[in-house]
Amino acid sequence: MRILAYRPNKRASLLLPAIPFILLIALYSFGSIVRHVGNPDDKLLPGLASLADAVRRVAFLPDKRTGEIVLWSDTAASLTRLGAGLFFATLISLVVGLTVGLLPYLRVLLSPFIAVLSMIPPLAVLPILFIVFGLGETSKIVLIVIGIAPFMTRDLALRVAEIPAEQLIKAQTLGATTWQILLRVVAPQMMPRLIDSVRLSLGAAWLYLIASEAIAAESGLGYRIFLMRRYLAMDVILPYVAWITLLAFLSDFLLRALQGRLFPWFAEARVK
Amino acid sequence: MTTISFQNVWKEYDGKVVLEKLSIEIAPHAFVAVVGPSGCGKTTFLRTLLSEEAPTRGRILVDGALLPREPTVERGVVFQRYSVFPHLTVLQNVILGKEFAGSKFLGALYGKARRKATDEAAALLDEVGLTAASAKYPAQLSGGMQQRLALAQALITRPKILLLDEPFGALDPGIKADIHELMLRLWKETQMTVVMVTHDLSEAFRLGTRVLTFERKPNSELEPDRFGATVTRDLDVWPPKLAPWNTGAPRKGARTSS
Repeated sequence: MRILAYRPNKRASLLLPAIPFILLIALYSFGSIVRHVGNPDDKLLPGLASLADAVRRVAFLPDKRTGEIVLWSDTAASLTRLGAGLFFATLISLVVGLTVGLLPYLRVLLSPFIAVLSMIPPLAVLPILFIVFGLGETSKIVLIVIGIAPFMTRDLALRVAEIPAEQLIKAQTLGATTWQILLRVVAPQMMPRLIDSVRLSLGAAWLYLIASEAIAAESGLGYRIFLMRRYLAMDVILPYVAWITLLAFLSDFLLRALQGRLFPWFAEARVK
Repeated sequence: MTTISFQNVWKEYDGKVVLEKLSIEIAPHAFVAVVGPSGCGKTTFLRTLLSEEAPTRGRILVDGALLPREPTVERGVVFQRYSVFPHLTVLQNVILGKEFAGSKFLGALYGKARRKATDEAAALLDEVGLTAASAKYPAQLSGGMQQRLALAQALITRPKILLLDEPFGALDPGIKADIHELMLRLWKETQMTVVMVTHDLSEAFRLGTRVLTFERKPNSELEPDRFGATVTRDLDVWPPKLAPWNTGAPRKGARTSS
């Protein structure tokens, strides 16, 4: 039989995805053991025991200096920035994307401008943001917004333009005004697509968050990682990276679940 | 009771003539079926009636008044596809017309007004045989059911004119026969004038009181774009279809008998 015809059964479908993870952990453990044989003080690949110890220190014991549990205060700081950035980016893309997508005059007026705006490398304007907004929270949130809002706006405007002309004509023959079409026909159909757009932007949002925290911050997951780099503290950095990955994965999962729950019509309508 | 009058209507795109010298009088409560080969301007004809396109020359009058420049609630439409809103349930799709009229700012009705609109929509859904599906989303319906829904949705605003753009073209023959029955019944029960574009000749004669064929005239080989389509045949369908309250069957133009 051809290889492409072999299909995993139910049990295999549950077990197979675990294999790459197990392999990765095994490979890491092996490497760690080998390095510790040569040098018991090796910091590059800390053993599982010292990783667990570091996790206990940062995630469960209060910091001696501040009295806070470092991982949680970092997480709270980072998620606040990320949440604020995503919120404003979503708001901007919703207002601008919907109107630019629906109204031909605004489309002609603004879409080239947005296209150019989205080509500015956000990290290149980070110094400007630090100069203008200072080193506080504002500049970090603005960086996330600048980084993802143009993309999300363009994406949404394109999705609006994809609405079949028939639907808009039909709404007009039912007596709808422009505002009513925006409110009852276009916006509700764009909500699940907006969630898609946020999901796609999450990776970029984390990138800009960590970049800005690495450069100037006093707390945050990115700040901690770059701080620990000075001490070669891989036993802290690695759990932090895993934690960030988990957070990103969970937020993506939650958004997808939210989409299915709030917009039951979307999955089927998308197939057609 | 609505008359439609095309007076020497031309439609050109960038020097390409699509419709030429179209002069048609459509009697009140007529069911006009428009047939013709692909690309002969049938759909353009319907679009001008919808105000989706403006004629390059000539005038279109509805009840003696110039056609408004944008689609209005007097002219309902059912397209072959995308006529219903995928994010609304069957019932919500039908109520929508009432909500647009009843709530300028929110476009949504609540409380007593909503109950009243719901009753009206439910009656229409019963009429088209979709009561059992009223909580479903359009993507969960078959093609025939979607078109029934599109009809109910268009009719809730009581349009004076109903425009149909190959509405039953994608349906299976058996389902088509059922929906034809429904269409004739709806036409008889209301007073609307119907214009239907179709590529199915038997459908045209089955439903229409009058059949128009659109064709491009034999073209000049040198200037193929300079000749548009126009009405080449204009037939009254026999036997005349009678609406119960309208014994004089609608005929061509303003004439009452031929």
